[in-house]
Amino acid sequence: MSDAVIVMVSLAIGTYMLKAFGPFFLANQRALPSWLKRFAMLLPTPLLAALVITSTLTNNDQIVFDARIVGVVAAIIALLKRAPFVLVVIIAAAATAIWRLLTGL
Amino acid sequence: MPDLATTRRTIRIQAISVGLALAPFGAAFGVLCTEAGLGTWEALGFSSFVFAGSSQFAAVSVLAEGGTIVAAIVAGLLLNLRSLAFGVSMAPSLKGSILMRALMSQLMIDESTAVASNHESYALRRYGYLWGGLSVFIVWNSMTWVGVALLSGTGTLVHDLGIDATIPAAFLALAWSKLSSLQHRILAGVGAVLAFLLVPFVPPGIPVIAAAAAVLLLRPWRDR
Repeated sequence: MSDAVIVMVSLAIGTYMLKAFGPFFLANQRALPSWLKRFAMLLPTPLLAALVITSTLTNNDQIVFDARIVGVVAAIIALLKRAPFVLVVIIAAAATAIWRLLTGL
Repeated sequence: MPDLATTRRTIRIQAISVGLALAPFGAAFGVLCTEAGLGTWEALGFSSFVFAGSSQFAAVSVLAEGGTIVAAIVAGLLLNLRSLAFGVSMAPSLKGSILMRALMSQLMIDESTAVASNHESYALRRYGYLWGGLSVFIVWNSMTWVGVALLSGTGTLVHDLGIDATIPAAFLALAWSKLSSLQHRILAGVGAVLAFLLVPFVPPGIPVIAAAAAVLLLRPWRDR
């Protein structure tokens, strides 16, 4: 099996267990312990922030500053203007594309 | 008070727009898969069997950067721990035979839960959950295919169109709604700084996993 398939299968099983736990075992409205629920709800924020950094600023394991930054800045402006998700993503791509076209970077 | 047919129609429209909004992100996932050396079936395997956008991105990014299998799996799972909490809140609305519950559980993602949460009654929550989940499932898998099969052979087109920038933009947009709370702003700031500082020194995937430690600052085990 390739690495990708191993990751896919493991992640599929792990993710499914997380997804299905509630519907299978808690249909009678019992709740998670509150600390676990808080933990689960807080976790995505720092992970997503870290992913923003790594997907904007890294290339082959090194910090690089390139046109993706222009896209992310454009996305921030769009989000501040309360643009919907799809528009934010399109604006980021367009800003990056235009920057690359103009600067050749 | 709108009648049931109108409410259901509103839910369907909402569900379909949520699905369509994810289209570019789905294509970006397909492109990322190609960069990581995955084939069409592997990419579609992620999008249908894992079916958790941000987790898929996290795991495949780690592979694309040359990280280990374990780092990829841990990054993906940590990011998806929230579906445990979604599952708990959706459980009373998703009753049925074992088979039904098994199938419905696969749709446990941010978007299906969000469409469901706009409603009070279990029946409408279930309706919103199923429409939201299925709409995203269809768009997500179709666009993954578009990304991996159609955009992969186009040379520099992905780069020229700025499709690589859609990935951080989408992560940012996913986190954005939480950032109105000070707690989440602190978490995001600490997570981002940790990742930035660690990138040059640790293997790919580890900066993202380490960023999870930011949560410990808030001591979530304390009762408030």
